Amino acid sequence: MSPTIVTEGLRKRFGEKTALDGLDLTVAAGTVLGLLGPNGAGKTTAVRILTTLLRPDAGRAEVAGFDVVRRPDRVRAGIGLVGQNAAVDEALSARQNLELFGRLYHLPTASAKARAGELLDQFHLADTGTKPVKRFSGGMRRRLDLAASLILSPRVLFLDEPTTGLDPRGRTEVWTAVRALVAAGTTVLLTTQYLDEADQLADRIAVIDTGKVIAEGTPEALKSDLGGDRLDVVLHDAAALPRATEVVAAVTGTRPETDPDARLVSAPVRDRVAALTETVRALHDARLAVEDIGLRRPTLDEVFLHLTGHSTAAKEEEVPA
Amino acid sequence: MTTLTQAGGGRLRWTLVDGWTVARRDLLHWLREPAPVIIGLLFPVLMVLMFGFLFGGAMAIPGSADYTEFLLPGMFAMTMAFGMEATMIAVSTDVQRGVTDRFRSMPMSPSAVVVGRCGADMLNSAAGLVVIIGAGLLMGWRAHGSVGATLGAVGLLLLLRFALLWIGIFLGLVVRNPEAVGAVQILVWPVAFLSSTFVAPATMPGWLGTIAEWNPLSSTAAAARELFGNPGWGGDSWVTEHAVVLAVVWPLVLVAVFFPLSVRRYQRLSR
Repeated sequence: MSPTIVTEGLRKRFGEKTALDGLDLTVAAGTVLGLLGPNGAGKTTAVRILTTLLRPDAGRAEVAGFDVVRRPDRVRAGIGLVGQNAAVDEALSARQNLELFGRLYHLPTASAKARAGELLDQFHLADTGTKPVKRFSGGMRRRLDLAASLILSPRVLFLDEPTTGLDPRGRTEVWTAVRALVAAGTTVLLTTQYLDEADQLADRIAVIDTGKVIAEGTPEALKSDLGGDRLDVVLHDAAALPRATEVVAAVTGTRPETDPDARLVSAPVRDRVAALTETVRALHDARLAVEDIGLRRPTLDEVFLHLTGHSTAAKEEEVPA
Repeated sequence: MTTLTQAGGGRLRWTLVDGWTVARRDLLHWLREPAPVIIGLLFPVLMVLMFGFLFGGAMAIPGSADYTEFLLPGMFAMTMAFGMEATMIAVSTDVQRGVTDRFRSMPMSPSAVVVGRCGADMLNSAAGLVVIIGAGLLMGWRAHGSVGATLGAVGLLLLLRFALLWIGIFLGLVVRNPEAVGAVQILVWPVAFLSSTFVAPATMPGWLGTIAEWNPLSSTAAAARELFGNPGWGGDSWVTEHAVVLAVVWPLVLVAVFFPLSVRRYQRLSR
C-alpha cells in the first residue's frame, strides 16, 4: 500500500531556533508511527505542519494523498487532530460539542446528531448527559476530543501527546480507544514523550532530536540495536557495589552502569543464559549477597540515552508554535 | 463518509452557514451559563445607578441640565466599549485551549471563525444596549429626537461596538495568557473614563481634556446626546461641533486599521 504520510526535507525555523531541520518521515497506510523525542525536538511542529496549521519553510509533506501547502482543504477533509490540550468547548455537553463539530464538518443536522450519538456510545460518553465538559475527568475530555476528531472517520489521525497530564486510568482509556481505531484501519501518527506509550501503540518508531530523525525502526529493532538484553543485579548492601561491578564486568566483558540508590549493577549481555548463570556463580564465589537478579529487554529510555547522549527529560521547552 | 461540499460558488454560503454555527455556540453558552451573561448585561445598569444616584447630585452639567439625561448616552457608549473585553477574552481563550486550532484543521470555512465571533458579539452587545436603554427609561431618561435620529444614535453606538470588535479580536490574538488579558482589561478602564462619558472634558486639566475630547468614545457619546436630544457638555471645539461626523469616521478608521491587523494576525497563526 502507498504511504499515507510522507515528508521530505521538512524545515521550519522560529526566529533563531530551528524546530525542524530536514525531517523525513514515511508512514504506511493502516500503521502507527510513534514520533518520539524530548521537549523541543520538533514533534509538535511536525504535527502542526502535517495538519495544515503551520507552513513549512522548506521541504514537502503529503497527507492522505494531498500536499499540505497546496491543498490544505483536501488534507483537512481526510485528517483528525487531537492536540495537547483537549480542544473542546468547556461549557457545552459532550453531545453538544460533537453536534457543533459535526455541523462544522458540513453534515446535515440529522446526520450530525446521529453521528454524535454513535461516537458517544463508542467512546462510552453517552451517560454524561448534559454535564458540561469542564466537569469531566482528564480521560473523559481526551476521549471526547478523540471522538470529535473522528466525526468524518478520517483516514489519518494525528495524536499529539494524547496522554500528557492523564492519570494511569485515563491513559489506558485513550490507549484502548486508539487500538480500536487502528484495528479498523486508521493510520496514526502519534507523538509522545512516554517511551512505554510508543512501545504500547506504535508499529514503528521514529526518534527525533533537534528536528531530525536520528533512528527509525520497530520498537524491538531499536532495542536490539542497543546490544540486546540487559542483566540487572540488585545487591543486598550498597557497600558491595564496587566489587560487584568488577565481577559483572569480568563476566560480561562490558563496563556496567551502576545506580547506588537502587543498589543496582546493569550491563548489556549477548548470550542471555550463559551470562546469567556465570554471573550468579561469580557473585556467589565472591560472597556478595544478591537481593534480585534478572534479564530484561532494554527500555526505550535507554535506547534514547544511547542514541542522543541525553535522557528524554533533560531538555528545554518545546517552542510554542 | 466524506460529505464535503466546498464546491465553487458556495464559499460565501459556507462562510455564513459555518459562521452562524460558530455564533450559535455562543448563544448556547448563554443558555447553559446564564450567570456571566446576566452579570455582563446588568453591570452597566449598576454603573448607571452608581453614577446617577450616588455621584449625580455632585455632578454639575453646564447649563444646569439633568445629569441622568447627560449620563445615559455616555453609558450607552461605555457599554459598547466594555463589550471589547468580552471579545478579547473569547478569542484568546479559544486560541489557548486549542479550539481555534481545531477549527483551522477542519474542512470548514476559514473565515467563519471570525464571522461567527462577530455575529455573536454584536448580538450580545445589542442585547446589552436594550437592557441599558430600558434601565435609562426607568430612570427617566428620554430620547427627544425624531425616530430617525433615535435610530441613527443606536446605529452609531453599534457601529462603535463593531469597530471595537476588531480591536478585541486583534488583542485576543496578540495576548495569549490570562494574566495579560487581565492587564489589558485594566487598561480599558482609564481609556473608557478618559472621555466625556461621565464628566465634561472642560472640567479636566487642559491636555487631559483634549485627549478626552478626541476619544472615539466621546464622539459617539456626544453624537448620541445630540441625536437623542439630550444635553451635551457644551464646548465649542471643532470635535464637539462635528460629533456625528466623527462618530462615523472614528469607527471606520478603527476598522480600517484593526480589521487588516486582525486578519494578518490570524494568518500568522500558521507562520
